[in-house]
Amino acid sequence: MHRFANPAEFNRLADAILPWAKVVMAAAFLYGLYLALYASPADYQQGESVRIMYIHVPAAWMAMFTYMVVAVASFTALVWRHPLALLAGKAAAPIGLVFTGLALLTGMLWGKPMWGTYWVWDGRLTSVLVLFFLYLGYMALWRALDEEDKAGRAASILALVGVVNIPIIKFSVDWWNTLHQPASVMRMDGPSMPVEMLWPLLTLAVAYKAYFVVVLLYRMKLEINLRKLSVLSSLEVQG
Amino acid sequence: MAEFLDMGGYAAFVWTAYGLTALALVVLAVSSLRAGKKARDRVEQLRPRRRKGQA
Repeated sequence: MHRFANPAEFNRLADAILPWAKVVMAAAFLYGLYLALYASPADYQQGESVRIMYIHVPAAWMAMFTYMVVAVASFTALVWRHPLALLAGKAAAPIGLVFTGLALLTGMLWGKPMWGTYWVWDGRLTSVLVLFFLYLGYMALWRALDEEDKAGRAASILALVGVVNIPIIKFSVDWWNTLHQPASVMRMDGPSMPVEMLWPLLTLAVAYKAYFVVVLLYRMKLEINLRKLSVLSSLEVQG
Repeated sequence: MAEFLDMGGYAAFVWTAYGLTALALVVLAVSSLRAGKKARDRVEQLRPRRRKGQA
């Protein structure tokens, strides 16, 4: 049973973190939604449609952040053969896929009233769509190969190659002509946004981050149990 | 209240964006939790059976 020793430790840690992460998540979502939908002012140009920003921007941040989690986990798994890191990447990918999908969808729903179109094939939108397909490809590779170690290695290599897309997303609004506005929070000279709009944005960003922690821990526990199941069933077949 | 729901004429966009976000986040969390519970139950089922088999 020594091969489960490490996951057992992880499960204890996860169970210690989960209740706190859930409290932060619930509080930040409640307060963030109150600020985003009610307490914050309408934009002088965009009117009430600006409220989409408070869920669009954190989704886009999490889409990129989660990809970096998958990439770092993949690197750790490839270099040090860390089995838990491999499972962390596998567990994080569906969360990243959902955040990327939400960034695209909420962006389209914001683009239609403000730009007059749901979609433009510019650098920012296209590179985020590529991110969406990178998540899909990573998850598909996990399923494509029967041998789990090989599948994990192939998926991890794809995740590392795809890292090149992250700076492209980040700087796409500076490099190419676009309808998409440039960064207004993560700037060298500080946020260029009024504080009553910054607060709901940052509060919901905290909520999204806490949500990520909660679901990542759920999914890592799930992956550990699935790994145990495949070990147990192979022992049964042999026995 | 009607004014709040109208979102300055952008109701269709704002509420669809918030609705889709809520739906996706809830579905992902609940399905992760359910799959986790199912896997845990199966691990619990397999383990005692194996021990009995060995004994």
